[in-house]
Parts: sequence; C-alpha cells; structure tokens
Amino acid sequence: MPLLKAGTRAPEFKLNCTPDQKIALSDFIGRPVVLVFYPADWSPVCGDQLGLYNELMPEFGQFDAQVLAISVDLAWSHTAYGKDRKLRFPLLSDAHPHDVSSGYGAFRENEGVCERALFVIDRDGVIRWSYLSPTGVNPGADGILRALEGLDRKAPSRKEAAHGTH
Amino acid sequence: MEPIDLEHAPRLSAALNERDHILGPENAPLTLVEYGDYECPHCRRAHSVVKALRKAMGKKLRYAFRSFPLSAVHPTAVMAAEGAESAARQGKFWELHDMLFENQDMLGPDAIVVWAQYLNLDMKAFRARIEDGTARAKVREDRASGIRSGVNGTPTMFVNGFRYNGLTEYGELAEYLQSV
Repeated sequence: MPLLKAGTRAPEFKLNCTPDQKIALSDFIGRPVVLVFYPADWSPVCGDQLGLYNELMPEFGQFDAQVLAISVDLAWSHTAYGKDRKLRFPLLSDAHPHDVSSGYGAFRENEGVCERALFVIDRDGVIRWSYLSPTGVNPGADGILRALEGLDRKAPSRKEAAHGTH
Repeated sequence: MEPIDLEHAPRLSAALNERDHILGPENAPLTLVEYGDYECPHCRRAHSVVKALRKAMGKKLRYAFRSFPLSAVHPTAVMAAEGAESAARQGKFWELHDMLFENQDMLGPDAIVVWAQYLNLDMKAFRARIEDGTARAKVREDRASGIRSGVNGTPTMFVNGFRYNGLTEYGELAEYLQSV
C-alpha cells in the first residue's frame, strides 16, 4: 500500500507507549501532530533522526505540534530507549500485526519494520504533508517545519477538511 | 558542477559569509561545510577526517564549520560552541575548535575556560562575548540555517552546497569529493 497522501483523513489509532499506557491519535485533536515512523529503536548514532526532533522541540512547540514516533519495537524497548536518549515525546509500539504502519502505507513488508516516513496532521486530523525517506537517509526536519508553517498560513483547516470530503 | 546523484538532495540554505569560520582558499573547487557539535563523538572523529582531508587535498578544498549543538543530550555543547564563537572575536576560533575536539573526553564548563586561558585569550573579553549573548546569537544563527538546510544530526556535511548522505569516514568522504 502506498504512503497516505496530503488531504487524506489520518486513520485513528491507539497504541501502547509504555507497557501499561496507550495513546490515541484522537487525543491530540485541536493540535497539529507530527507522526514519525522509523525502523527501530537503538540506532547506533547520537545525532539520529529522533535525537534531532528531540532537539527541535522548541521549534515544533511554536506550532503547538505534538510529535509521536512509531516503530514495531515493543513498549518495553521504547521505554528503555526513550529514557536512554532523554526523548521528550512518546514512542508508540506498532507491534504485531502492524496495522497502523500498514494503514499509513509505512510498513516495509520484506523486513517487517516501519519505513522512515513522516506525516504532518492538522488540528482536525487531516494529513497535510507526507514524506517517504529513501532507505537509510535521515530526512532532517526542514520538511516538517515547512509543512507546519503551511498549516498556519492556510484558512481554518476545519473548513478545508469539510470541503475535501464533498 | 552539480553532483549527478544528488539532484533531490537538501541544499545549504545559507551561503558562506563573512560571519563563517573558513579554512582554505575562496576559489577552491570543493567546499565542505560541516554542522557539528563539540560534544558529539562522531564529530570528533569527523574532525580527524577533515584534518586529514585538508592535508591531502590542500588548495583544492575549502572547509567551514558551523555549530549545531544537540543540547538535549550534550549539556556542554552550547557552552563549547559559544566559547569557540567568543574566541573567534580574538582570532582564535580554530585554535579553540581544535582543543575542544581533541580533548573532548575532558570537555566541561571549567575545561573550556582553562583552554581559553591556555590560548592566551583576553579572558575578560572572552567572558563578555558569552555573557552579552553575541556568541549565542551566532550559534543560534548556525542552528537555524542548519535546520533549514536539512541537517539531520551531527555531523552533517554539505559538499558544494549539497547535503552529503554518506559516512563521515576518510575513505568514503575522500572518494565522494573526488567524484564531484
């Protein structure tokens, strides 16, 4: 399934962020969401993709945006990884059967892991920007920030979203 | 001049300017711009790689360093970057830059001051540039241009304005530079 594109309503999900806590996309209605699919916890560099986003929390904060990162790792791994890297946003576990990443077109069947894919979802839950990064290439944050800026420039997104469904 | 395999690669959003710290001739055919963090171990390794490349390539390579401190994981990185900027006002950017990377295992707030003293900096002026925020302004400017250019961690290298996505090891980077 190809990556979901701008204009699509972001499929709802509810996933574990710790072994006993779940987070749903709909928890963030009213705020932009930056959804980050990534292959795996414990990548062997310190300036990695999630580390960069962690560093840019003030920039994302200017847009009141919530970052949610998703991989197929279990919540146990996420808890340890998030603590080790001092990550200031939740890591969600799309473990078997990987419905969420599949539903967003961000699941790499052959390897059984998430793609490196990014989505910016507006305050009403509509995808405004999506990007599939080439294998092994960390996409950086400029695309996300541009998309978030785009949200603020546009007319109230509620109206647009309603229009888009007709 | 454009690298053939990088047509969609992120590009440096801010051209080199008089506020940058640059080594090598202006008319060099190759320009390498690094966004780095003084507390990042990968940047320390890149520092050795860049030194070796500059030695091997001589006048063919121009090199600039911009700060991209990852403060969430590296508590001393911002202070180190501000220290280097402050030293720059006294013409000693590269001297402190080298000391910061080459003694990274001892890096800390006190060590930065000791190294600045070792370089015979005017310590009053050195502190003043940090306290009045001028050094910080340059670090923030670098960080902002880095974000806009597609910096994706540290170190991130740009070759002739295009982001280099390969390993920052001598062999890989040298081979890439020769292919441009």
